[in-house]
Amino acid sequence: MPLAPVETLDLAHDEPQDYLWTLNFGPQHPATHTTLRLVLKLDGERVIDAIPDIGYLHSGFEKIGEHLNYNQYVTITDRMNYISPMSNNVAWHGAVEALLGLELTPRCKYIRVLIAELSRISDHLLCNGAAGLDTGAFTYFLYAFYQREVIYDIFETLCGARFTNSYTRVGGLMYDVTPLVIEKTRAFCKNFPKTLHDMERLLNRNKIFVDRTKGVGVLTKEKALNRSCSGPVARGSGVTRDLRKDEPYLAYKDFDFQVCCSRAGDCYARYLVRMQEMWESLKIVEQAIENLPPGPVDVGIDQRTAFPDKRMVYSTIEGTISHFELQMSNRGFEVPHEEIYFATEAPNGELGFYIVGDGTETAYRARCRPPSFIHFAVFPHLIRGHTLSDIVAVLGSLNIIAAELDR
Amino acid sequence: MNSDQQAHDALKNRLAEAATSEFRGQARAVVPAEQILEALKFLRNERGFDLLIDITCVDYLRYRGAADRFGLVYLLANTQTNERLTVRTFLNEPEPSVPSMTPLWEGANWMEREVWDMFGIHFEGHPDLRRILLPEEFAAFPLRKDYPLQGRGERHNFPVLTREGA
Repeated sequence: MPLAPVETLDLAHDEPQDYLWTLNFGPQHPATHTTLRLVLKLDGERVIDAIPDIGYLHSGFEKIGEHLNYNQYVTITDRMNYISPMSNNVAWHGAVEALLGLELTPRCKYIRVLIAELSRISDHLLCNGAAGLDTGAFTYFLYAFYQREVIYDIFETLCGARFTNSYTRVGGLMYDVTPLVIEKTRAFCKNFPKTLHDMERLLNRNKIFVDRTKGVGVLTKEKALNRSCSGPVARGSGVTRDLRKDEPYLAYKDFDFQVCCSRAGDCYARYLVRMQEMWESLKIVEQAIENLPPGPVDVGIDQRTAFPDKRMVYSTIEGTISHFELQMSNRGFEVPHEEIYFATEAPNGELGFYIVGDGTETAYRARCRPPSFIHFAVFPHLIRGHTLSDIVAVLGSLNIIAAELDR
Repeated sequence: MNSDQQAHDALKNRLAEAATSEFRGQARAVVPAEQILEALKFLRNERGFDLLIDITCVDYLRYRGAADRFGLVYLLANTQTNERLTVRTFLNEPEPSVPSMTPLWEGANWMEREVWDMFGIHFEGHPDLRRILLPEEFAAFPLRKDYPLQGRGERHNFPVLTREGA
């Protein structure tokens, strides 16, 4: 059974603490999965305090955002949360389109919902799979990773890239969905429930896993709100906030799905929320692929943001002009002198962009609100009083991605 | 009526009328820096904005029509009604400083550290205002607009470790 946290321990500063042991966890440790470092203060096996030291992967993404144009920067967003890049693409261009005041075509909205939900499944598969791996369930991880490969394959058929997709464009998408993508997605919807059932049977009532995660890293609802948590971390603590339901962006109003919550707030609750969210995402994927509206994926030439169809460029004067203006570096599209915040429900939590436009094709400021950064700040609070081996369980349940954490 | 109450009413009027604006359905308010703590406390306790989404900053050095150097942005949300509010405050050099929000939201801790790290804005009363993403000895604030994209040669000053010397 997990040990109860030591809340009564008095850490007065004047008292000598020679018996405490300092341990560096990371930055290169197999169980952190990414590049992050923790300085731990241990009393035997018990963690007295944890001091996160981050920034090893800081690459100045927000500074680069002030120098790349709105379409180019999508390649940088791929590299933020690299286990679900499509969600970042959708969030970034959603924010740009909110700034420009663009209304997307229904088909584009559905395809964006489809890719966002597929990437949510893929993110949760890796997060839960790695949580299983860290607590000793290697087979479980392989089950999860096999299905991730299937999703990679769908993305590759869709846009040519498996990992860094850069699939969205201002006012549209890189390519339309082909019949092969629909076929592969249908096959995934047919086969995935079997794996998901298997995964649930493998771990949901597995005594080793439940003992390692139940009652570990408890986050109460008040703390979750006070510390700005969002996504599965907040929903595991009983916060019912889900932006897909609360502020339906894209086409989420049209879909039938549930928001998954738990009251317990421990690692096991976060694991269960993610498992259940995969079922709900699968429902959305099925609905999106069967009800895909016909029509164009890009906005029309009147908006002057997406390149017109080649046939239009060669046969109509509007198409030629529109193509020319977008191609010339001194024309581009009109951006207001304004600021906007747009948030999406990414797999990890609320992923938003605060964009300041200054009339040019490049953002004046491109702030990313990274859920990993907010959640890692909670980590010392969750781990205090638990044992050294619980660190991997708590880290795994928060799903910290260092590339998004440091940007 | 005591002075606290008066300040409170003044703020209420301020948030209700004077400095609010709207852009594409998003409500925004501008609050002077000396009233920001009081304003956010009021919004949190009495208007139900219980979730601090983000704290960020914009450097308006070369921005058309900007009168102030820095704009500090607080993004708030109400989890009951799903309203959102953007509260902004403007700061100037030489020593941009603003009260810390850590007494209201513990989540503000790292957000303010990041703003300090990138823009050099000081948060009074912050429990642990250290650099967070950049190394401790870094001397500049890189997201300021007068800092070049290529950097100022900081990389050259990193100590080189060789196989023999390590």
